[in-house]
Amino acid sequence: MRVLIGLEVHVQLNKLKTKMFCGTPTSYQHAPPNTHVCPVCLGLPGAMPTINMKAVEAAVKVALALNAKVQENTMFYRKNYFYPDLPRGFQISQYDFPIGKDGYVIIDGDEGEKKVRIKRVHMEEDPGRLVHVGRIDKAKYTLIDYNRSGMPLLEIVTEPDMNSPKEARAFVSKLRTILEYLDVFDGSLEGAMRVDANVSIEGGSRVEIKNISSFRGVEKALAFEITRQKNLLRRGQQAKMETRHFDESQEITVSLRVKEEESDYRYFPEPDLPPMNLKGWTERIKAELPELPDARRERLIAQYGISVEHAKVLTGERVLADYFEKVASKTSPKLAATWIADVLKGELNYRDMRIEGCFSPENMVELLELLEKDLISDKAAVMIIRRMLDEGGRPKEIMEKEGLQKIKEDILPGVVESVIEENEKAVRDYLSGKREAINYLVGQVMKKVRGRADASKVYNLLERRLNEIDNN
Amino acid sequence: MRIRDWIESDDKERILEEVLRKAKKNEYNEFITVNENVFISKDSLKGLPVAIKDNISTKGIETTCASLILRGYVPPYDAHVVELLKNAEASIIGKTNMDEFAMGTTSETSYFGVVRNPWDKKRVAGGSSGGSAAAVAGGVVPVALGSDTGGSVRCPASFCGIVGLKPTYGAVSRYGLIAYANSLEQIGVFANTVEDVALIYNIIKGKDERDATSQDSEDVFPLNEDPRKIRVGVPREYFGEGVDEGVEREVWKAIKLMEDLGAEYEEISMKYTKYALPAYYIIAMSEASSNLARYDGIRYGLRFEEDEDFETTISKIRAKGFGEEVKRRILLGTYALSKGYYGRYYLKALKVRRLIKEEFDRVLSKFDVLVTPTMPFTAPKIGEIKDPLSLYMADVNTVPVNLAGVPAVSVPCGFSKALPVGMQIIGKRFNERRLLEIARWYEVNSKVRRWS
Repeated sequence: MRVLIGLEVHVQLNKLKTKMFCGTPTSYQHAPPNTHVCPVCLGLPGAMPTINMKAVEAAVKVALALNAKVQENTMFYRKNYFYPDLPRGFQISQYDFPIGKDGYVIIDGDEGEKKVRIKRVHMEEDPGRLVHVGRIDKAKYTLIDYNRSGMPLLEIVTEPDMNSPKEARAFVSKLRTILEYLDVFDGSLEGAMRVDANVSIEGGSRVEIKNISSFRGVEKALAFEITRQKNLLRRGQQAKMETRHFDESQEITVSLRVKEEESDYRYFPEPDLPPMNLKGWTERIKAELPELPDARRERLIAQYGISVEHAKVLTGERVLADYFEKVASKTSPKLAATWIADVLKGELNYRDMRIEGCFSPENMVELLELLEKDLISDKAAVMIIRRMLDEGGRPKEIMEKEGLQKIKEDILPGVVESVIEENEKAVRDYLSGKREAINYLVGQVMKKVRGRADASKVYNLLERRLNEIDNN
Repeated sequence: MRIRDWIESDDKERILEEVLRKAKKNEYNEFITVNENVFISKDSLKGLPVAIKDNISTKGIETTCASLILRGYVPPYDAHVVELLKNAEASIIGKTNMDEFAMGTTSETSYFGVVRNPWDKKRVAGGSSGGSAAAVAGGVVPVALGSDTGGSVRCPASFCGIVGLKPTYGAVSRYGLIAYANSLEQIGVFANTVEDVALIYNIIKGKDERDATSQDSEDVFPLNEDPRKIRVGVPREYFGEGVDEGVEREVWKAIKLMEDLGAEYEEISMKYTKYALPAYYIIAMSEASSNLARYDGIRYGLRFEEDEDFETTISKIRAKGFGEEVKRRILLGTYALSKGYYGRYYLKALKVRRLIKEEFDRVLSKFDVLVTPTMPFTAPKIGEIKDPLSLYMADVNTVPVNLAGVPAVSVPCGFSKALPVGMQIIGKRFNERRLLEIARWYEVNSKVRRWS
């Protein structure tokens, strides 16, 4: 049974300084409710919207980065509906003539690379935020915070080209990467990206899931929904065409309303905003477009000779790729790729940290130099990375302070000798055929040198010495 | 009262006291709110008393659009025109009565009661800016601002025997004008003379970054006193069925006078005129249905003691807060924008508007101005016209001008059965200067009697 998934992704252009249709600053995160507002974004009688052309520029950037055709003649419409978070009783949005049409994004699909088609990209304003006092269905009252009202928003609509929850997640994650490369979007802010998903099992009705606000949520909501629909089919029932709400805490979808007919938003052109002509914008902005993730991945592979897997991880975040390139320019790129993509990224994820909060590339270079000069073991290097993330400091300092430098190899035979003398029983066990006893002896040597030797070297030394004893 | 009387007066404080006394007396029910904290200054224009229609936002002064739903709403900001008037140090005397949300032709739909015509208090002052017109015609203030969506400045100017200008669409910033139909309306000026209208218009016009449809235009003050080579077009369709004999007679007298004074006139035909009224009402009501969606009592305005769920609460507030005519227009507009009807009504109306606009531009390339009766009749009695359709019909000569977006001024041109008759002079886009020069030239030479 083939599953078809299409997404509508709402993205706040939260790197812009001002809102979509007024001069109010966008920096409302952590501000007290209803302090980032003005007559325009509060929809006060008589206040008029004007277009933030920086937002239009950002929208063109996004459309181009998604390989969409930018519409030279574009305009705003009113989408009319009543909701308390909507202070004008209509949302200024786009309808006919959206800013971008017919694009695509390449993702890592279930069966290799896959093209997800983008139907349209359009600009609109965010409504305010409702805070229900208590649970949504039992709340006594609801508070409204209009700080978010009028935030510049892009709606990106895909064709139903994804066939699994994993592919849907890959799409939103790729989209986020692209938006961050364009420097129009900060995905770490609350509510920066919200996803509505349409899902159907081939031949069945389409179900819309609203209110998904994390990558994990996309996968969870879709997995739950697909199982639900398959179970219905198994019992000989059909999924109804309906809108469902994703409950993030319980990881389930619940029915909001069954769609009798499509709602009528009575779209008509916004009379206060004359249509725009963007002649020449595509060429100008295309020329200024930064290197995008796919192009950068190819370049990193070609320029530094690193593996495809490493290149994918590194280009998954623009700042991570920047970090890598800074390190790679001063030391072995392959070593840098391994240590940043495999080790550092893992340690960051474990700490729920982003690369922005990490120690400097210079420190990473210093650490890799210690490794290259064979002054520390891999294990010690990992310890140093952890120490730097948790407490700060520089690699050499930490190495010296903690005595992590490798010991001189010529003292190892002496240590091996003393361990053999001190552990007669284990030696006897080994010589009588219990070969695994050697592991205990390796451990004892490592303990004496406080982990600063290669365990495999110690093993070899011990094995050779014990065999000598055996032969005598 | 004229602006000159103010400028030349030695005792401005006394005049202002007199203005406030009259405004508070509210003889014609022309004011909704009187602002007693007005600024008083004795230099030149400073302190000039001005009345503002109650659909223009005034910081700190209640602004209701003559609707119960906005009762108690005190805006935190000034409309652009109010800022400009304050910069010129004018005194905002008060907020004038009007048809609720500017929807009407007689100022009878106001929640605060009908405005009375200073010429005959049993008659209406016209609408929707009836209070502003009555305040000027009744000698309370020398100038007032109104708004004109389909004739709402020109109609009351005509009924009250004063001058009323509707500028070119985009000539005056609408920032702070509480929208009824954004694509049609403009803020306009009332005064006793064309010169006074020009002086105030010159202060309030110009581009404002907060209104994307606004732009700069040529200064109109001072006016050239001797405009030459005037070519007047007289569109036949504006003298059609429903135009009173007395009105037609006075307007023709005015045209003949202009001819005697050296102007050339020609009768012409504008064939799209008959489509203007339906197109106008479809566009205006459609936009209104959306503009008035924000009045839900949640953030400001009418609110009851007990709330229920969102939908019940706002339904009750809107049911109580809006008057009959407003509800009628919201319903009709909602219908016209609905799926399946949008193309048949709204899109078709936009096409008609484009044709009308093109027709005006074509005709106005041959003439300096067009001259028509402003209203088909003189001020009716209060309550005389009850059927809404008949009231809509009364706008037949004013709405084409809003659809075309060109400027027009109504000037008094005589009397019919002791009631003032207004003549509409229509000008070229953003050429208010030539329009007002011709209007003033006619005014000076016609010597039509004034109220005060």
